[in-house]
Formats: sequence, C-alpha cells, structure tokens
Amino acid sequence: MYDAPKLETNVQAKENKIAARNVQVYYGETHAIKDVNVDIQDKTVTAFIGPSGCGKSTFLRCLNRMNDTIDICRVEGDITLDGENIYDRKVDPVQLRAKVGMVFQKPNPFPKSIYDNVAYGPRIHGLARNKAELDEIVEKSLRRGAIWDEVKDRLQSLGTGLSGGQQQRLCIARAVATEPEVLLMDEPCSALDPIATAQVEELIDELRSQYSVVIVTHSMQQAARVSQKTAFFHLGNLVEYGDTNQIFTKPKDPRTESYITGRIG
Amino acid sequence: MTDASLPTGPTPKGSIYTQSPRVKRRNAAEGRFKFYGMLAIATGLLMLAILLFTILSKGTGAFQQSFITLNVPLLEAKLDKTGERDLEKIKKVSTFGYAPIIQAGFETTLEQAGLQSDLKVKTQAAILSKSVAADLRNYVLTNPDMIGHTVEFKFLANSWIDGYLKGRVSRISVADNKAISAEQLDFADSLRDAGILRKSFNPAFILGSDASDQRPEAAGMGVSMAGSFFMMLVVLFLSLPIGVAASIYLEEFAPKNRWTDLIEVNISNLAAVPSIVFGILGLAVFINYMNLPQSAPLVGGLVLTLMTLPTIIISTRASLKSVPPSIRDAALGVGASKMQAVFHHVLPLATPGILTGTIIGLAQALGETAPLLLIGMIGFIASNAPGSVAEGLMSPNSAMPAQIYEWAKRADPAFYERAWGGIIILLVFLVSMNALVVILRRRFERRW
Repeated sequence: MYDAPKLETNVQAKENKIAARNVQVYYGETHAIKDVNVDIQDKTVTAFIGPSGCGKSTFLRCLNRMNDTIDICRVEGDITLDGENIYDRKVDPVQLRAKVGMVFQKPNPFPKSIYDNVAYGPRIHGLARNKAELDEIVEKSLRRGAIWDEVKDRLQSLGTGLSGGQQQRLCIARAVATEPEVLLMDEPCSALDPIATAQVEELIDELRSQYSVVIVTHSMQQAARVSQKTAFFHLGNLVEYGDTNQIFTKPKDPRTESYITGRIG
Repeated sequence: MTDASLPTGPTPKGSIYTQSPRVKRRNAAEGRFKFYGMLAIATGLLMLAILLFTILSKGTGAFQQSFITLNVPLLEAKLDKTGERDLEKIKKVSTFGYAPIIQAGFETTLEQAGLQSDLKVKTQAAILSKSVAADLRNYVLTNPDMIGHTVEFKFLANSWIDGYLKGRVSRISVADNKAISAEQLDFADSLRDAGILRKSFNPAFILGSDASDQRPEAAGMGVSMAGSFFMMLVVLFLSLPIGVAASIYLEEFAPKNRWTDLIEVNISNLAAVPSIVFGILGLAVFINYMNLPQSAPLVGGLVLTLMTLPTIIISTRASLKSVPPSIRDAALGVGASKMQAVFHHVLPLATPGILTGTIIGLAQALGETAPLLLIGMIGFIASNAPGSVAEGLMSPNSAMPAQIYEWAKRADPAFYERAWGGIIILLVFLVSMNALVVILRRRFERRW
C-alpha cells in the first residue's frame, strides 16, 4: 500500500534535540494547538502528518519562533532546544533561527543571484572572513543541497530563474548554509512535480546524517518514505507519535488508523 | 453517489449553427457594452485633443516675440558730457535721459534703410517696449567704453505691436486705444517690410523674470521656475525620508491595533483634504506662529510637503505590501533580523513603487496653486540676475502655477497669451516627470 521506507527504520535511542511540553497556541480566540508534548530526536527525520488545518504547520513554526511575526499568535508551554527554553525572555529569535533553519512550502529564493541567495545567511551571521571562505561555504551548501552540478556554471544568474525543483533545492542549500542544527520543512514538495519531489526526498534522507529534520507533509507516502518518526495531528491535538513503521502498520489510536486508511482527512 | 453519476438523458439543444434568442440577446448586450466603452474612450481622447490643441494654439505665441533691430548711436553729449567715462557720472543719467538716444537710434536706422515716416520720432519710439530704456542704460553702465560708438540692438517691441504681428491686434481694435494708433501700425508695417521689425524666438520668456502690468512683452517664467525648483527640493528632501520611514514603520513594524488603524484611516483622509486647507494651515503655523518669511520657497515647500506626504505614504505602503510575504519569511528563516529583512530584501523590491509614488507626489505638488496663494508665494520678482532676491530658500519668490494664475488675472490680453505659454512650460515638466515614472517602472520591474 505504501512505498517501503528507503532505510530500515531501526531507530536507536538517540538524544532528544527538541522537547515540547504542554504547548498551547492561540490565534486570537482560536485554540490552534492543544497541549502538545513531543520529543524530536537528533539526526532523525520526523514527519508531521494530519488533515488540513490540524495545526501541524503552526506547531512547526513554533519551533523556530516564526509565529512571532504574527501579532495575534500566542504560544504557551515549554519548547526546549538542547535543554534551553526557546521562548525564554533572554532568547533572541534571530539567533534561534540561525540554529533552526526553515524551508517553506513555496520555493522562495530571493530575486538575487544564486550565489547571493546562499551567501546571504553566512554574510549576515559573519560566518566567512573573506571571499574565499564564502565561496567555499556557498559551494559546500550547494553540494549539500544537491544542486551544485546544475548551477556551478551560472552562480551569478537569478535564483528565481531556476525551475521549481531547483528553486526548492536552492532554498534548502540556503537554509543549510548558516550551519543550522535543526531543519524545519513546511510541505517542501507540495509545489513540485514527482521527479523534483524524488530529488528533494533523496536530499532529505542525506541531510539526516547531519541534522535533525522536521518535515510537515500532506502526503502519507512521503512521510512513510522519508521519516523515521511520525507525529499525527488532528484538530490541534497530537494524537499519536511513534516510529513511522509502527504508525503506518499498527496505529494505536483509531483516529490515526482512520486517517492513514483515508477515512478522515 | 455523486450527482454526476445520476442517469440523465441528453436534452436536445438544436443546431449550434443557429443562435438561440437568449444567446442573441446576450451577444447584443455584450456588443453594446463594448461600443459604450469605446465611446467613453473616444470622448476622453477627444477632450484631451481639444485641450492640447487649445493650449498649443494659444500658448505657442508666447515663445515668440517681436523685436526691432536698431542701430543706436550712444551719443557722448547725452551720456557722458565730461568725457571722463566716470561711472558715477554716467549713472546720473536716468532712464528718461536715454529717450533721446533711442529716438536717435530710430533716425539713424530709418536713414540707413532709406525709409520715410510722417510720425514724430517720439511717436515712432513709442512702439518700443517700456523696458527698452532700462535695458539700454544697463548696457551702457556695463560697457562704458562703447559710448560714442553706434551699436546694433535688438529691442523688444511693445505688446500692441507684438499682438499686431501675431494677429491679435487689428486696426479696428486699436481705434479707441490710447496706447497705440493706426498710424503706428502703418509705421510698424513699413519697418517689417524693411526687415527691421521681426518675430523671433524669445528665450527670455523661459528664463526671464516677471514684468509689471505695463510691459507684458518682457515677462518670463524663469524666476517662478526657480521658485518651483526650490520648493520641490524642500518637498523631496522632507517628504521622501519622512514618508518612507513612516510607511516602513507602519507596514513592517507597528503592531496592528486600534491606534494604527486610526492612523491609517487618518492618512487616507489627509490625502483627500483640499489643498487650500493645507495652505491656511501653513499660513497659521509657519508664517504667523513660527514667523518664517512670507513668499519664501521654504514655506511653500513645507506646505507642499504636508500635502505630498499622504500620497507618498500610501504609495510606499502599497508597494511594500506588494512584496510577497514569502520573501520576508525567507529572510527571517535564515536568521535575518526584521530590519535586515526589510532593508536587504523588501525595500529594494519596493523601490520602483516608492519612486513612482514620490515622483507622482512631486508632480502633484508642482502643479498645486491654491495653498501657494494663501502663503503669498506670488511674489513679484522683476529680476533673476545673480545676487537678486530670487536666489534662495528664504528669499521671496513665486511658483510656476501661481505665476500663471497671476498672468491670467491681469487686464492686458498680452498676459493672457503668456499664461497659456506658462501652462505649456508647466506641462512639459509634468509630462517629463511622468515619463520618468514610466521609464523607472519598466526598468526596475522585478519578477519573482
């Protein structure tokens, strides 16, 4: 029924990267996330699945405080990154976002050259001391984004001139250029065709070796293919969280079962 | 079971070659609507054509002026009796003292051209502009060495002779006119035939200063252009930074609450406030309360800044809004601060829109008249020479639209022509500013 995961998901006890405890999110009067507890492991791909409007993107955006830009959004509870509360008053969201990078649903390269797209993050964080170092970071990031071979001869052309799949991989390269520890991906393949999707999924699997990746997806097949851990959200609740294999084969909660068999959603 | 799968038999619709009455009616309505649309556009274009034709046909005359070329003997006996070439003594000869020199100029010139006239020399000289004596005196004072020589001058004819050459004045219309007689027109005819009186392009209309009621032929737009220029400088340097800063704050940083809503509504309302309200506000605040000088481009610029700010804020906010939020997300996502996201990514993308709004605001301010009348930006400046009063932000000046209004008010029909000419100059500025907008938009339009 579902594609088999690329790698056997024999998850050992890895250390937790992010821990969320009793997280509540309100949009004005609306209670969007209700009492979510979840541990996200390091060097693991964690997938958030669930029907539209279930709060999985909202929760993802809490993890690097992108919800701060929305005035009416209010977050309660504790989210810790390596044991440090990211909603602590001392935390500067800018520094947090350098550690927790993000890739968005729609590829959104800056209308600048491919080089400048990738170099922007390292530049504002002062990661390179000179041009040679910056060149190196750009090349390394583009290689990690699995797009180096396609663009190495036209680094100065516009990033917006690439195809959709290339743009998304460029955005991933841009996100890894700042050396994040966690990579959040909000439906990164929903605007891509199957071939580009396959390329990005392959890339996600490679990124797992270095980062903790959290991916929100509408496609259960994709969740099954790329992730080792899966969290199922429904109506703002985290219904079930566990190994991907277990979620897709022996779901404990009847709602999870209904969703993955296509009865709700 | 969905509706689509319910069994429905095909209903006979008739041939598609014949139109059903319903479709016919619909097509007719569509055709009528297209016709009305074209009619509306044609009406608009016709109005524009009439407007342009009127302005051009009435105004182009102002760029040409009638000149009389005279060989004037600068008589030493009249100008410098002692022969010492002492400037102080030469200065003692007033403009009245130059009348005989000009008359001598007519005698010499007519003699050289072999012309005869029954008119008295004084009457002959009356076809010249009243500004000629002063022009001649200025020439002598700057070139005292030329006293004793005969010099060729191109003098302005007065506005009646100018109007006669342009077809505005006829023998019938001067019948009851004390300023000019039919005999003088005959004399002008003979001068024209001899090539002494001739129409030519008059740069003084564009560059010169205003002239008194008696000398419409000498009036020009130059000083008011300088006034408008100074005002636009003030407007640009105040409204652009203030407007852009205000809109960036409101659009990107300010929390969305009742206060910012209130501010937003008020800015929109300010854009619709009649300009004369800003004028009286400027009069009360800048002149009466702050004691800034009247008629100064600084005050005019401040008032126009108040008027232009809402325009700039509204257009800047619109162009900031049009930058897709995904760009902000992208910047924040790689760890840029809010200010970095705005200044590195949003603002550059919004620049063409901001510039467009600014130039349109400036063009609006350039053509604004009412507030200037209230703060007295209708100074009468008779000289635009360096060192004159029209040289800075604080010295009295006029502005182009105010100057046009002044001319249109005056009694002499010659000023009427100059008002139209002034409108042409003003329109040239406005059209070129708008052209700049179009070019900028084409040039910097971004795709994302």
